Amino acid sequence: MQILPILAALRRHKAGTILIALQIALTLAIVCNALFIVHERVERANRPTGMNESNLIAVQNRYVGAPSTYLPIIRTDIQAIRAMPGVEDAYVTNTYPLRRGGWSLTARTAPDATKGGAQTALYFGDEHTLKTLGVQLIAGRNFTASEVGSFERQESPSPPQVIVTKTLADKLFPNGDALGKVIYYRGGKPSTIIGIVAKLTVPWIDMDFMDSVTIMPLTFNDGGQSFMIRTKPGQQDAVFKSVPKVLFDVNRMRVLPEKYGIRTFETVRANAYEADRGMAILMSVVCGVLLAITAAGIVGLSSFWVGQRRKQIGVRRALGAKRSDILSYFMTENFLIALAGVVVGTMLALGLSQWMFTHFEMKRLSFTYVMVGVVALLGLGQAAVFAPALRASRVSPVEATRSV
Amino acid sequence: MGVSMFAYYLELAFRSLRRSRALTALMILAVALGIGASMTTLTVLHVLSGDPLPERSGSIYMPRMDPRDLSHAEDTKLPVQVTWIDGMRLLKDRRADRQALMVGGTVPVQSDDQAMDPFIEHARYTTADFFPMFAVPFRYGQPWSDAEDESRAHVAVIGADLNDRLFGGTNSVGRTIRANGADLRIIGVLDVWRPVPHFYDIYTGSFSGSEGVFVPLSTARALEMGRDGGISCWGEGSTAENEMERASCTWLQYWVQLDSAAHLEAYRRYLDGYAHEQAALGRFQRPQHPEVIGLLAFLEEQKVVPSDVRLQVWLALGFFVVCLVNTVGLMLAKFMRRAGEVGVRRALGASRRSVFAQLLTEAGLIGVAGGVGGLILAWAGLALVRRQPDAFARLAHLDLAMLVATLLLSVIATLIAGLLPAWRACSITPALQLKSQ
Repeated sequence: MQILPILAALRRHKAGTILIALQIALTLAIVCNALFIVHERVERANRPTGMNESNLIAVQNRYVGAPSTYLPIIRTDIQAIRAMPGVEDAYVTNTYPLRRGGWSLTARTAPDATKGGAQTALYFGDEHTLKTLGVQLIAGRNFTASEVGSFERQESPSPPQVIVTKTLADKLFPNGDALGKVIYYRGGKPSTIIGIVAKLTVPWIDMDFMDSVTIMPLTFNDGGQSFMIRTKPGQQDAVFKSVPKVLFDVNRMRVLPEKYGIRTFETVRANAYEADRGMAILMSVVCGVLLAITAAGIVGLSSFWVGQRRKQIGVRRALGAKRSDILSYFMTENFLIALAGVVVGTMLALGLSQWMFTHFEMKRLSFTYVMVGVVALLGLGQAAVFAPALRASRVSPVEATRSV
Repeated sequence: MGVSMFAYYLELAFRSLRRSRALTALMILAVALGIGASMTTLTVLHVLSGDPLPERSGSIYMPRMDPRDLSHAEDTKLPVQVTWIDGMRLLKDRRADRQALMVGGTVPVQSDDQAMDPFIEHARYTTADFFPMFAVPFRYGQPWSDAEDESRAHVAVIGADLNDRLFGGTNSVGRTIRANGADLRIIGVLDVWRPVPHFYDIYTGSFSGSEGVFVPLSTARALEMGRDGGISCWGEGSTAENEMERASCTWLQYWVQLDSAAHLEAYRRYLDGYAHEQAALGRFQRPQHPEVIGLLAFLEEQKVVPSDVRLQVWLALGFFVVCLVNTVGLMLAKFMRRAGEVGVRRALGASRRSVFAQLLTEAGLIGVAGGVGGLILAWAGLALVRRQPDAFARLAHLDLAMLVATLLLSVIATLIAGLLPAWRACSITPALQLKSQ
């Protein structure tokens, strides 16, 4: 192949060559990092909660007025919800996964320990919780109705029985024998682990103890409550529409916030990861536009080069070069420039990734993304140069004899 | 270069740009996209990193000390909140020009006619100096005084939005508002007030708006109004709501106004004395290095601007650089294609300088067109940003400064991009060009 003459010719177009290579390099650096961010955000937004998220509705309720106790109203409400047609099961809680607000405290294996232990999120619930959320009990048993108690604001939550996630169980008891063991929540009485669930995530989306959760058989005597409702398949829309009426018919003294009052769990998830989704879309758009601009730039400069060299092309054709020779000349030329670009671009991409790693606490770019970017840009260059190169190959040998 | 000469260059530039429409359109589009993306993200950053109290921020400070015990001693960062005991003590000592203790919350509210269903409103429980210290504008009435703080008076100041919603924007001073089941007399209605960031309590959302209801702290505690925000506890003892006044928890924000360097110095000494006195009494167990941090320094330290926003700015700037490199390449092609024309002009006596100036005029013209396109894109981009759910999103508007900056940035950037191509084109030897024709 005619690489040496191409290199020789390129030396006469230094500025243009460097500009195209530079553009390819910068595009590669930005595109593969941006795509990596897209990948990360999409992965984050799809992280499982350990629940069966379909046919699940979350209601945020705030009672108005100051009764001496909220417990009877809460009980009436949840009974009314369970009695609705289309409702499979329901329970009342303080918070749930992806709600982005809740309680956490430390659980320890000894009452007087001041160090160690594990941070855990708290979900209040009852014997309906596991079924409503659709989480999988892998050891032990569910709560019974008689174990469900109430909890006052000034107490430290510590019921005699708790269900914990496997992650929390393993953290507290690394030997895997957590079932039946007694643990202590900060400031509280002993609690026995009666059940272990496979997975359930904390209410927040950024925590270093994502899967460390305790379910307590308690009802919080408070004006703010969340109702979780599992509907029968196909009944979600109907239940969604009739829940406010059912609740207001029971008791008008309540507020269901306009925005987050009643949400399907798909909405809960979408709300929780809205920022990540926005970032992913933005990055994808930027990548698309960048690639288009780079392609347009290559077309522009290559067309100019073809126009500038019509006479030389004519001479080569007159001296016996075939059309395919001219075509491959321009294709090879572009390939060489793009190759230089992606070599520089790979280094830039890794540098950029390192910089983002230190400044934005992001993961380091995986090399697959660089390779995909390299292939994409080499391909893009070839595709962009094809039309101008084809035009060059059609230059007639007669051009050699024309003066302008 | 005279005005007529410039007009001539402009005409030449127009003509030249018209001759190769596709190339011109491509250059303008690339500049516009780069500018549009950069200005959209920069505007968001500009809004978010703004000064919440432009005329006041220089004299607003947060006193900080470390009341914690020795557990988690590796965390030496000073808390940004105070305990009730310390907050009340500093407040009563009155050593600053103004001082206010506060905490946020949410309460269900209803107007006095009770026709409307109750709804949840953000509230702030604070002390009298809050309003004059932060220069909060009043539409009707006035703030409460120390006497009302003392007597736990059932009074409230409400925000403009809440006044519109409950009372149709009329002067509601003297009417009552039912908050958390208690009747409060409205003594003041605020004008629109939206400090960005929400500096005085970053735990209730850095970019959430200001609250709708303001109630004296003492009144709110007596009426057991719902409390929100960050809380950090240590040691033993109850953290129950009715024990919060004694609990070893930081949960209130404390801000002071200090009008001069001398006052600041005096306050530093006072706070140092207070912290060491508490340490001597054994209440504070850690080594004490109290601090009086200025408002803007505090916002800087707390990194209130989301890191995604900063990442987007960098991404947009990178994108802009690629667009510019692209424009340099295209301009090079465009100018070099006219090597013949340049040769003729040079041979006819045009100086290298005037050819250079003419080519740069052409670049500048692309910059102006790209800038206008960029403005349109930035305006559209910000409209998209405002549709995002983030609390800060709806603050994103182009102001005059950003508008001018956009156009300037575009022209300057394209002029710089035009330097290399113009220089290359005008250093062509005229004779060589003419000969080759």
